[in-house]
Amino acid sequence: MTAAADGSVPLGYDAGLERTEISLLLEGVFHQYGFDFRSYAYSSIRRRIWKRIEAEGLATISALQERVLHEPAVMERLLLDLSINVTAMFRDPGFYRVFRAQIVPLLRTYPFIRIWHAGCASGEEAYSMAILLEEEGLYDRTRLYATDINEVVLQRAKAGIFPLDRMQEYTQNYQLAGGTRSFSEYYTAMYDGALFGPRLGRNIVFAQHNLATDRGFSEFHVVLCRNVLIYFDKTLQNRVHTLFYESLGMFGVLALGNRETLKFSEYESCYEELDAREKLYRKVR
Amino acid sequence: MDYELAVVGTSWGGLAALGRLVSGLPPDFALPLVLVQHRGRDGESILERLLQEQTRLAVCEASDKQPIEPGHIYLAPADYHLLVERGHLALTTDPATRHSRPSIDVTFESAADSYRERLVGVVLTGANEDGARGLRRVADRGGVALVQDPATAEAPAMPTAALRAVPSAQVVPLAEIASRLTALSRVGAAAPKGGR
Repeated sequence: MTAAADGSVPLGYDAGLERTEISLLLEGVFHQYGFDFRSYAYSSIRRRIWKRIEAEGLATISALQERVLHEPAVMERLLLDLSINVTAMFRDPGFYRVFRAQIVPLLRTYPFIRIWHAGCASGEEAYSMAILLEEEGLYDRTRLYATDINEVVLQRAKAGIFPLDRMQEYTQNYQLAGGTRSFSEYYTAMYDGALFGPRLGRNIVFAQHNLATDRGFSEFHVVLCRNVLIYFDKTLQNRVHTLFYESLGMFGVLALGNRETLKFSEYESCYEELDAREKLYRKVR
Repeated sequence: MDYELAVVGTSWGGLAALGRLVSGLPPDFALPLVLVQHRGRDGESILERLLQEQTRLAVCEASDKQPIEPGHIYLAPADYHLLVERGHLALTTDPATRHSRPSIDVTFESAADSYRERLVGVVLTGANEDGARGLRRVADRGGVALVQDPATAEAPAMPTAALRAVPSAQVVPLAEIASRLTALSRVGAAAPKGGR
């Protein structure tokens, strides 16, 4: 019995045993390495674990646990599987279009703007927001705090160098997002990388922050957290919603991913919906 | 056996086939349906509207952690995988599986693992082989496997692949899929509970 390459579970595997083993594995990872995946959404973390089991040529979760605990290199590979690093510049262009039209006018009323981008991965979306604010003439009075749990991707974010071969896609996204300039103005092409860092990164603070365990660190006008909460179970989602609620000032804006919603959380009544499709909410109580 | 959920996968030709399916369901159809239709990354959700126009059941694009309720039809949103947990739906942006996101296999496999013999899996028209592995999983977990008769499919590749993977699946012409699902949804309601 070996696992299939795509993350599906071997047929004969007992569902109860599987839960027990996954919980032991995640507990072990937390105690040995400090990474806390214990409250991640079960169905997706389970697929990722099975992908790693297959890649390592193993047959059971317990076998993976043994390798992970005794060989840090295996832990590193598992960590890459378990971290969510899917991102793109101006991902979901419609979001940026609506943000420009609806949120920017609200931000203009503040002398200084504080934004928290939670779960920024390698920073593509934080730099996108910097570009948008630059074009709206707001960037010089903005401080963008971009956080992620993963130090490795944060280093990439700080460098602000993205693959050159994605610039065509990003340029298209930028235009769809309502960009007003030529996208190539924002980066310098070098070898196979596009450098956005120094100029656009001047008002971004990249820092490590763990949504599962860390507390809030300031009060913000906008909290962006798109397509991160889907990886958490309901208990952790509620914890994070508490954190966001406490981190937003009155009338602060919360931006979630397109298919994430406050509807099934305890905080639905604390916000009003600004845009149903782009999942923009404003704290009203 | 009470069936608690049906998952339906389709690709090319799916819009017409799904329209045909949902318009044939009675207003009191209680079995929750999860529909996975391949579509473009930025697919504006016209699918939701088009299907809603053809049924009185509630049609919605799935949101993360959305509870699964009777009489509801859930659509896998563009550019996410839809996973089924016991009692609710979950989304991920994991990489595309065999070029598809949403992937029918991913949804079917997670639904089969969560609902086992209380699941009905249906593969409709499509021009690729997504859904075959997923339907295999549905059958292996003891669920019911239905496949649209390839002769009635706009694109027969997908139902043909599903039949190859699950030779024991029931072959149903498109025009009869709604009535077959309706019959399955009433199995539990008609039979005395806890008998045998």
